[in-house]
Amino acid sequence: MLTGLLIIFPLIASLLLFVMKGEGAKKAVLGFSIIEFAMSIYAYVTFKADAASKMLYLNCTWVESLGIKFSVGLDGISLLLVLLTTFLVPLIILSSFKTTYEKPNAFYGLILLMQSALVGVFTANDGFLFYVFWELALIPIYFICLLWGGENRGKITFKFFVYTLFGSLFMLIGLIFLYNHTGEVKSWNVNDLYAAGRSLTEAQQTFVFWMMFLAFAIKMPIFPLHTWQPDTYVVAPTQGTMLLSGIMLKMGTFGLIKWLLPVVPLALAKWGGLAVTLSVIGIIYASCIAIVQKDYKRLIAYSSIAHVGLIAAGILSATQQGVQGAVIQMLSHGINVVGLFLIADILMRHTGTREIDKLGGIRNMNGQFGVLFLIIMLGSVALPLTNGFVGEFLLLTGVYQYSHMFAAIAGLSVILGAVYMLRSYQGIMLGEKKDSLGTFGSLAESDKIVLLIVCAAIIGFGVYPKPLNDLAEPAVKALLQNLK
Amino acid sequence: MIKLVGLIPLFPLIGFLINGFFGKKLSKSISGAIACISVLASFIVSVLVFMELHHAADKSQVVEIFSWINSDSLKIPFSFLVDPLSTWFLLIITGIGFLIHIYSMGYMHEDEGFSRFFTYLNLFVFFMLLLVLGNNYLVMFVGWEGVGLCSYLLIGFWFKNNSYNKAANKAFVMNRIGDLGFLLGIFLIFTTFGSITFNEVFGKVSAASTGTVTAIALLLFIGAMGKSAQIPLYTWLPDAMAGPTPVSALIHAATMVTAGIYMVVRSNIFYSMSATASEFVAIIGAITALFAATIGLLQTDIKKVLAYSTVSQLGLMFLALGVGAYSSAVFHVTTHAFFKALLFLGAGSVIHAMGGEQDIRKMGGLKKALPVTFMTMFLGTIAISGLPPFSGFFSKDEILAHVYEHSPALWFVGVLTSMLTAFYMFRMMFLTFWGSFRGTHEQKHHLHESPKSITIPLIVLAVLSVGGGVLGLPEFWGFNNYIGEHLDSVIIRKNPSIMPHDTEWMLMGLTVISAVAVIYFAYQMFMKNGVLPVENEKQLKSWQKLVYNKYYVDEFYDAIIRKPVDGISKAFHKFFDIQVIDGIVNGVGSTVNWISGLVRKVQTGHIGFYIMAMVLGVIVILFTTLMK
Repeated sequence: MLTGLLIIFPLIASLLLFVMKGEGAKKAVLGFSIIEFAMSIYAYVTFKADAASKMLYLNCTWVESLGIKFSVGLDGISLLLVLLTTFLVPLIILSSFKTTYEKPNAFYGLILLMQSALVGVFTANDGFLFYVFWELALIPIYFICLLWGGENRGKITFKFFVYTLFGSLFMLIGLIFLYNHTGEVKSWNVNDLYAAGRSLTEAQQTFVFWMMFLAFAIKMPIFPLHTWQPDTYVVAPTQGTMLLSGIMLKMGTFGLIKWLLPVVPLALAKWGGLAVTLSVIGIIYASCIAIVQKDYKRLIAYSSIAHVGLIAAGILSATQQGVQGAVIQMLSHGINVVGLFLIADILMRHTGTREIDKLGGIRNMNGQFGVLFLIIMLGSVALPLTNGFVGEFLLLTGVYQYSHMFAAIAGLSVILGAVYMLRSYQGIMLGEKKDSLGTFGSLAESDKIVLLIVCAAIIGFGVYPKPLNDLAEPAVKALLQNLK
Repeated sequence: MIKLVGLIPLFPLIGFLINGFFGKKLSKSISGAIACISVLASFIVSVLVFMELHHAADKSQVVEIFSWINSDSLKIPFSFLVDPLSTWFLLIITGIGFLIHIYSMGYMHEDEGFSRFFTYLNLFVFFMLLLVLGNNYLVMFVGWEGVGLCSYLLIGFWFKNNSYNKAANKAFVMNRIGDLGFLLGIFLIFTTFGSITFNEVFGKVSAASTGTVTAIALLLFIGAMGKSAQIPLYTWLPDAMAGPTPVSALIHAATMVTAGIYMVVRSNIFYSMSATASEFVAIIGAITALFAATIGLLQTDIKKVLAYSTVSQLGLMFLALGVGAYSSAVFHVTTHAFFKALLFLGAGSVIHAMGGEQDIRKMGGLKKALPVTFMTMFLGTIAISGLPPFSGFFSKDEILAHVYEHSPALWFVGVLTSMLTAFYMFRMMFLTFWGSFRGTHEQKHHLHESPKSITIPLIVLAVLSVGGGVLGLPEFWGFNNYIGEHLDSVIIRKNPSIMPHDTEWMLMGLTVISAVAVIYFAYQMFMKNGVLPVENEKQLKSWQKLVYNKYYVDEFYDAIIRKPVDGISKAFHKFFDIQVIDGIVNGVGSTVNWISGLVRKVQTGHIGFYIMAMVLGVIVILFTTLMK
């Protein structure tokens, strides 16, 4: 019931916003998103008290003739991702307070609509429902990018839309294929689909594996299916970029964990190596490209490809540490990347540019911003006692068990990440102020709050990740049982 | 008290938090006092813990702080290990750390970043304490990267200067290269032994194959090469001199750079099982010791002389580790911490008096104006040169005796290094404190002895540098080697020396005589003949140019690593990403467009994405039929 509410509430709130007029939208949407966050915390408390609580599940018939059910529920992994979503959305909304968008009610309404779909994706226990939410999530973000994006947005968002839609059609084929093998009474139930998948021959599993993998790989994105991403991230309005990288990207990695790993173990054993190879190539490839970026926002976009490559490699290693690390890193990456994109936005608003070469010496003008930026950067380079380290360490431990060599290669990102993050921080913040730059001024309250919360999460979960691991560890263990 | 060992890192952490959040609002004296007192408090607790452990029956006690990372069989608590090795390092870190905090009160007094400096310094002490206290490899790694962060922050402390920032970045990145080796070592330890907690791992080592143990030892050593500036990862340390001088003394001489030695000693069971890894460590150490010492010969920046000296001395310590003389290496870490901290702080006092000048060509005759600095530095110089009965003599001699037993050739490299050390150190002293003043008139007018907050730490360190040898008096003189006995439970001890005593006497005599001879030579050269380093590089002979330019190693790395990486990255971006991959994607897109254009002519009305979906559907159906 509670889970259903977590999906319905933002949906209703978004409808309310669409009909709302005037400037009240900002405050209203922040209020809605905080209520949603509070409800998810309540779900967390309920889950901690009794993980099998009926409150956390909802199961109604939807299209009976096709066996489609509106079936949602929470386990440790999906709860963490729901919490990530409900935690980030208020921050994303708050980060928009210093930007004036036309038709704010529509803008914010779409964000909440997207939240509803995202929670649906993370909680769906029915294959068809999962697909519906998956596609539903694409529509609001498409319009957010198309209507409020930057230069050249038409062409770029069209490419993004077609590319990801193209991928999800393959997923649909894969799902239908599984559905057709669910025995006498056809069912979309996740466990029935698991059973169907495991009953398939290796060749059939291979087919399903690649169909599903393609959809997830495009969404994340994984090399070489990533070229829609940097342009889209750059052209999207900041909040759109945050939604895309902070949460939507996790649909892909989540898909791998819940809708691929347990379904086709034979194909994974056979083809996982190739998928891991692509992921690992992507880590190094994107890290290198990040080094030579001039626009800070584009730099973060490439660094995101590198990070997600490691997450994918960890999942596909199908080890406890690899998958658990992936779950932890999905959260950390989501939080950190929202911080980084806000920094890019602040730079743009305060100086009129995001070009690293044109910036410099900002730390002289605003020491506080310098420190907050530094902490977020350190989280991003996975310094120990930041949240980024916990995930990265577990991920690399997992990949190491899969292949020593891949771990060594993926580990190069430890070095390359430091190169591009430190260089860009130096270029933007340190040195003497450039004459062409005006005064920087102080941070807006709303920006400061977001950055402070992000920094607190970076250090808090870096020092004490136990609450996250306590949720992820048993859930991953149960999931991997399916592979044996 | 041992149960409260958590207090030791906690105090500097509190100091860090107070100064970090409120430092700007506090007056300089309060801000500095908080930082100093927090480290003093750690020092006091460390002494108490040390004493308690000394009398305790259980020499290896674990204190768990909280549960940190759990993933199935991988359980990593945040826990501390109190044993003779960790407590020894606690004393060095908090003791020297406290003295340098006091010194910094005077040295940084005029700096606008005063409280920020102490914030970083406290944070450094915190991480350094974690490094030596950790009960498993990951907590050690936390400290390991944490000190790297502080080193980065402090090298680039004056962040308006971009060449300093570059030095800071270089230090961080180069350390990360080593850190990757360390991490892979941790993974291999975990997959081999199912744990990364020290005592659990060390208890199972005999079950592992020699090949695996060698691999672990070498991977860990890559980490040590980065942190302790060994060839090929040493070039960041001389550049790190961009940081304020107290930082050079604390981080880049006395404590952080010896973390690699600590790590190898902690893991000595791996190295004692693997002759290959040990040999590698010994050879890298010997080469680094000699190589860095030769660069030190021609440096003209007072801090750079000391920096290369540090690299060289660290090399000597690794040479000791490589031949299995673990406690001798710890002994040298200790005496080196005394005299090298002293020399750096003395150099800081000189730089302070010279109004920021670091070039020894512009100094000369400073002993009258800076009597305390001069006397203490002179004692430090004698100590590092290895003249009896100063501390450096005992630690260096112990190392060389063990090296001789292992390999006379490596012993010769060690002696040669010692001779070069005596030469460049006395060269630095003669050029700085004797002769006539070569700076500007204004500088001459400005010369003054430093305030008490600076001279008192110098005096304390001078006393330690002179007398520190008592910690490890030679056994063949009939003494008990205190450090050796202290570390007995942590270290796989080598078989007792089988060398005849007259050989030991002879070796000792040889090294002392050679050092004296070299000092006399330096005296003749710089005092009698008044030789000065040339002003212009062009006046150098070609071999001197090579040394003066540090064998062009930086340029070499630039050419074989930095430039290729940048080039490849640009090629990836401009060509491969934008043209090839995205070109294919766009090609597919426009082909589909073109096809749908054709179809559009046949059909009327809007044809959206479903056309494409249909086309794809057909492909997929074909695909599936083929599969069956």
